[in-house]
Amino acid sequence: MNIKRTVDTEAVADSLREYDDVVFTTDYDYMCSDPGQRMVREAIAAHRLDGVVVAACSPSMHEPTFRSAAIDAGMNPYLCEMANIREQCSWVHEDRARATEKAIRISQLTVEKVRGNVPLEPILVDHSEKCLVIGGGISGIQAALDVAESGFDVILVEKEPSIGGHMAQLSETFPTLDCSQCILTPKMVEVSRHPNITLMTYSEVEEVSGYIGNFRVRIRKNPTYVDPEKCNLCGDCVDVCPQSVPSVFEQGLVERKAIYIPFRQAIPSSYTLDEHTCLGLHPLRCEECFKVCEPKAIDFDMHPEIIEVDIGAIIVATGYELLPLTSLPEYGGGRIPDVIDGLTFERLLSASGPTGGEVRRLSDGKIPKKIVFVQCAGSRDPELHNSWCSKMCCMYTAKHSLLYSHAVPDSEAVVFYIDIRAGGKGYEEFIQHVIEEERILYIRGKVARIYQENGKIVVWGVDTLSNERMEVEADMVVLATSTEPHPTAKALAQRLKISCGGEGFYKEAHPKLRPVDSLTAGIFLAGAGQGPKDIPEAVAQGSGAAAKAVALLSKEKLIHPPEVASINEVICGGCSVCVSMCPYEAISISEAGVAEVNEVLCEGCGTCVSACPTGAAQLKNLTDVQLFQMIEAALLDV
Amino acid sequence: MSDTGGNGYEPKIVAFLCRWCSYAGADLAGVSRLIYPPNVIPMRVNCSGRVDAGMVTEVLAKGADGVLIGGCHPGDCHYVNGNYKTRRRVQLLKAALEQAGVNPERVHLEWISASEGGKFQKTVEGFTKKVQELGPSPVGCDD
Repeated sequence: MNIKRTVDTEAVADSLREYDDVVFTTDYDYMCSDPGQRMVREAIAAHRLDGVVVAACSPSMHEPTFRSAAIDAGMNPYLCEMANIREQCSWVHEDRARATEKAIRISQLTVEKVRGNVPLEPILVDHSEKCLVIGGGISGIQAALDVAESGFDVILVEKEPSIGGHMAQLSETFPTLDCSQCILTPKMVEVSRHPNITLMTYSEVEEVSGYIGNFRVRIRKNPTYVDPEKCNLCGDCVDVCPQSVPSVFEQGLVERKAIYIPFRQAIPSSYTLDEHTCLGLHPLRCEECFKVCEPKAIDFDMHPEIIEVDIGAIIVATGYELLPLTSLPEYGGGRIPDVIDGLTFERLLSASGPTGGEVRRLSDGKIPKKIVFVQCAGSRDPELHNSWCSKMCCMYTAKHSLLYSHAVPDSEAVVFYIDIRAGGKGYEEFIQHVIEEERILYIRGKVARIYQENGKIVVWGVDTLSNERMEVEADMVVLATSTEPHPTAKALAQRLKISCGGEGFYKEAHPKLRPVDSLTAGIFLAGAGQGPKDIPEAVAQGSGAAAKAVALLSKEKLIHPPEVASINEVICGGCSVCVSMCPYEAISISEAGVAEVNEVLCEGCGTCVSACPTGAAQLKNLTDVQLFQMIEAALLDV
Repeated sequence: MSDTGGNGYEPKIVAFLCRWCSYAGADLAGVSRLIYPPNVIPMRVNCSGRVDAGMVTEVLAKGADGVLIGGCHPGDCHYVNGNYKTRRRVQLLKAALEQAGVNPERVHLEWISASEGGKFQKTVEGFTKKVQELGPSPVGCDD
C-alpha cells in the first residue's frame, strides 16, 4: 500500500505475466497480511508452484513471513524470494514512471534468482548453552540474573574492579527518592552468589569469533594482585600505600591509593592493586602493603589470565559516560572548580560520599547558598556538541534541586531548561511537585556562557519566555552534561561485528520491533550503550535481552542457513585457493584431491566462489549462472 | 523527467550490496525516505567479497554504464575480512579495465555501514552524476 504511491504495482505484475516460467501474477495492497499470505498459499497449491517472488518490502522485514507461508503450502521455503521494491525503490524515488521501471527490473532479476534456486534443507547445528554478558552496570546485572535464573550459565565480564556501574554512584533515584545503593547492592550480592554466574571483574573481552550459538570468546582477566578469597577487607594496606590518584568512583573529589576498593559495597568484596599507580611491580619498588597484610592476600606474581570460552549468546551492556566537562569551555568546564557535572553532584549528595552527604564547594569547602542547574549541557546542541537528548537529565536535575534545597534549608536553586521531558511513570508529577511545592525556580532558557566575576560564578543566558537577558550569580553550577556511549564501545563493536550509529551508540536491528537485537544474530543489546536510558528502562532492556538470549539458548538445535558453498568435484583442480581464502577454515582438500566444504562451518560469504579459478566453488542458490541471469534481467529493456 | 540534472543522459547502474552493511544501509535510506536517483538497480550479495571481476565485466558487457559495490567498513566485515579481498580485487580490476579502454571510474567501491542511510544516498547521487558525466559506456552488446 505504501508502495503504490510511487510504483505502479499493477504494471509490475503485468510486466512479469509474460516472463519465462511465470504462470501466475497478481497484485494486492497488503501482501504481508493474513489474506495476503493466504493468496500466496493458495497460488502455490492451485498452480503447483515451485517458486514464488513477493515484490514488496525488504527481505530483512518479511522474508521469514513468506517463507513460512511457503512451508505451510508444502513448498520448499528456499524457493521463495522477496523483491525489495519498497525500501530500495518506492520510498526513495519520486518519479513514478522511473520508479515503476526500476521495480520491474528488481522483480525480474528476483524471478531469475528463483528460477535458478533449488530446494534446500536447513542445516541443524549444536550450540553452546552459555551466555556472555559484557558490562556489570544495572542493565548487565539484570540480564545476567535473568539468564542465570532460567538455568543457563552466565559469564559476566566487567572491566572495572567492581560491578555496579554508574548506579552505584547515585545518591537517591527519581521519582521515588529511594536510595540507589540500597536497591542496587542486594542485586550485586545476588550476582556474586548465584551458582550459574561466573563473575569476571577487572576483565575485558579481547577477541570474538564464530557466530550465533557458537561464539568463541577470549577474555583477559587483569591481575588485581590481591586474592579475594584471602582478603578480609581490613584496609591496612591502604594506610601504608604511598601512592595515590584521583578516585574515578568519587568523580575525582578525593584521592584513592594504588591499592584500593572503589566503594565499600564493591563486588567482589576485595582490594585491587592498580599497577599503573603503584610505585612499581616489575621490579618491585615498594612492598609496604605486602608487609602489613595479615592474611597474606597480596600476590605480586599474579599474571593476566587469558580465558577462552564457547558462548551461545552475548548481551552487550557497556553503558554510558558523561561528556567531559573540559568539552564545555563556554561553561567554564574544567576551569572553574565549582562548575561540576551531575555525577559529581551525586557523590556530594550521597551519604556514603566523601562529604558524608553535605553539599560543599570544591574550591573552598563552603556550603553553597545558591546553585544554578543547567540542563542540556552539550545535549540537543548539534552545532557545538551532541545532537541527541540525554533523556535522564530533566529528571535528575529536578531531583538534584530538591535534594539540595532539603540539605541546605536557606538555599536557593535555579534551573535553566530548554524543555522539560518527563515521559516516565510518575515523572511529570515529580517535576510539578518540585516546581510548585518545593518552590525551585525554573527558567526556560538557554545558557550561553558561565564565567567568574568578583568571586562569584555568573550564569549568563536568555529567558526565552520573556526574551530577556539573564545574569544569575551562583556559588556553584551543576551541568547536566550530555550522555555519551562508553569510549570503548566502538572498539568492542568492531570485535563483535555489531554496528554503531553515527553518534556511537550500538545500533538495534529494528528501531521499533527489534530494540534489543543487534544486527548480528545471537548478540543482544541492553542499557545505555544502545541509547540514553534511565534505570527502569535499562533494567527493562536487560530483562528483554535476557529473554531473547534464553529463547536462543533453550533451542535444542540451531538452524544454520543452507545457502552455503558447494564444490563441483568434477571440475575442481584441487588448487586450494579456496582453502586459503575461507575465513572460517570450512574448506579442506579431500583424499581424492578436491576441495570439500564443511557446511556447518561455512557461513556462506562466497569469497571462495569469487576466488575459484575453475568455477567449481559455487554458493547454493546464488551461483555464477544465477548471478549472470540476474544481471541480464536487471538490464533488459522494459 | 530527469532528476539527475547534468547532460540529461540517464545511466544504467547495477549495485552489488553486501547483506549486512550496505544493503541494510540502503534499507535505512528507504526507511528514512532519503530521495535519490532511480538509476541504480540493487542486487544483494552476502559479502562484498563475493563480487568478482567476472560479475563486474558481465554487468558492463550487458550494457550497464557503471557498477557500484558496497561493503562493510574496514574492520567491520561480517565475514571477518571479505571487504579487504574486494578492495584488492577492485584495484586490480580497475587497472585491467583501463588497459581494455574502459574508464575505471565506471566501477566504484564504497564502504557503507548499516547505520549510514545518508551515505548510501550521497553515494548513489554522486556515482550516478559521475557516470552521467562519463556518458554511455563504450562496452556492451549494442556497440
